[in-house]
Amino acid sequence: MSAVTDAVRVAPPGNPVGQSIRDSLVVAKRNLIRMARIPEVVIFGLIQPIMFVVLFSYVFGGSMDIAGSTSPEVYREFLMAGIFAQTVTFATAGAGAGIAEDMHKGLIDRFRSLPMARGAVLTGRTLADLVQTALTLLVLAVVALLVGWRTHTSAGEVLGAFALLLLTGYAFTWIGAVIGLSVRTPEAATSGGLVWLFPVTFVSNAFVDSGNMTPWLRHIADWNPFSATVQACRELFGNPGVSTSDAWPMQHAVWASLIYSVLIIAFFRTLAVRKYRSAAA
Amino acid sequence: MPGAIYAEGLVKTFGDVRALDGVDLEVPEGTVLGLLGPNGAGKTTTVRCLTTLLRPDSGKAVVAGIDVLRHPDAVRRSIGLSGQFAAVDEYLTGRENLQMVGQLYQMKAKAAKARADELLEQFNLADAADRTAKTYSGGMRRRLDLAAALVVSPPVMFMDEPTTGLDPRNRQQLWEVIKQLVSGGTTLLLTTQYLEEADHLAHDIAVVDHGRVIAQGTSDQLKARTGGERVEVVVHDREHIPAASALLDKYSLRGPGQGDTSVEEHMRKITTPVSGGAKLLAEIIRELDTDGIEIDDIGLRRPTLDDVFLSLTGHVAEAAADDGARDTEKPPSGTAPARRP
Repeated sequence: MSAVTDAVRVAPPGNPVGQSIRDSLVVAKRNLIRMARIPEVVIFGLIQPIMFVVLFSYVFGGSMDIAGSTSPEVYREFLMAGIFAQTVTFATAGAGAGIAEDMHKGLIDRFRSLPMARGAVLTGRTLADLVQTALTLLVLAVVALLVGWRTHTSAGEVLGAFALLLLTGYAFTWIGAVIGLSVRTPEAATSGGLVWLFPVTFVSNAFVDSGNMTPWLRHIADWNPFSATVQACRELFGNPGVSTSDAWPMQHAVWASLIYSVLIIAFFRTLAVRKYRSAAA
Repeated sequence: MPGAIYAEGLVKTFGDVRALDGVDLEVPEGTVLGLLGPNGAGKTTTVRCLTTLLRPDSGKAVVAGIDVLRHPDAVRRSIGLSGQFAAVDEYLTGRENLQMVGQLYQMKAKAAKARADELLEQFNLADAADRTAKTYSGGMRRRLDLAAALVVSPPVMFMDEPTTGLDPRNRQQLWEVIKQLVSGGTTLLLTTQYLEEADHLAHDIAVVDHGRVIAQGTSDQLKARTGGERVEVVVHDREHIPAASALLDKYSLRGPGQGDTSVEEHMRKITTPVSGGAKLLAEIIRELDTDGIEIDDIGLRRPTLDDVFLSLTGHVAEAAADDGARDTEKPPSGTAPARRP
């Protein structure tokens, strides 16, 4: 035991940006190890979007009028951008639950008592969720191809669409972080992280043509940040059903999606870090 | 030069609840202070304020010579905290947990790994190093948590109820670990609900209640404050109680007839405060024998910290009652995080 008191030097504070990146990566690695050891979470995260693809395309497929066609094949191509976008936003619940659990188990207290960069615990978590989101998207894209989804554009545009999806998902995990830091239990974070996503993802152009909604609802759908990502993906994939609405986000979907994501990150990250600093377990 | 831990007038309120109501503390370098108090007394809140987790509304705190409110980051480099929960990641192995903490103390990955191995050895966890913490027993988790707090051998340590929830054997083991740590010169502030634990580990004890330190001193000083020794006799026959009681009363501290001798009928137990120690005890036994009073048990009792605690917090309760209804209805501060079931 004598060695316990041998002084082990703590490095003096170095470059704060470098430290912030290093600390975030250490925390991200920790969360990735966890995900690998609890594969159920990743698997359940996959089952849901796959189920949606199957249910929506086969149940609704024949009765949807997309771009003047009621063919199930057209609806299936139309649907995929919506499912992709919905899937990335569902990462919110995972981030929220993870952070709430860390708080509940006293890990946030431990992290906060360490001389580490302030935002690193949250950034590390959201980065790990980004990796999980990317894996989920990959599997989902394969399933989509199997049920008949195709892209009709260049590889660059398709990759651009996936990049936009990842950015959107990343932005939404910061909303999850704020939820996780605001609730008392991980269970509350899971349900609290999901309930509001249903109106956000359904009052949009994800599953239906927003042109068929009553005017006030269509207005909300057209300006919904989530719709911008869906619209941008449809454009970049060359899929049918691109909205012809003259709302600005629908006319400039890629830009709108980028701007919305950056704004969401800026706002919710600031809020989350502030909450983290004063977090009381 | 204030001690390794110094607090003056710490106040923290949560809504209507005044969790800390002016806490003053001083822990000299290389000593152990036991912070003793019931649930909700303000122990955890005090630790959270001193370890930068919570900002007090007012007051002053200095840890390892650094102002806690002005330079929290510098304080974090000089302290180790073992909180009320064993704060380890269940899905990481013991080694991964310690390595992560080392890296977050800004050690290089390699150095952090070497240090993790060293600590696993010292804390008797080497065999379990590559198992996830989920598979650990409660005692092992606690040891891992303590090891995590010691990664950089901080000069000042805080432990919040380190043995709560442990069985007696694991508690004993952890006490040994803590004693060895302290013998190496670390300053330690330890909170506990167990008087025995404070008595065992701490040089100095501060009793906290309603967000204030209501008494501080060594265990012996606190016991002396509560009162001296007393003789307890349990007679065999109920009929002998009056005779034995009269006999004992002769030896009571303030003399016979002062009403100092108390009787618990159902236990057949008679107690009286005395001074004179073992010699007096022998005399009493001889006299009881001469009078033909058969006894089941006799002993000289010194006050325990339990007595200290009861008498101290008892006084506080009376004082609060005098202040009027508002204070007596003061709820216990809800500052301690909910314990895991």
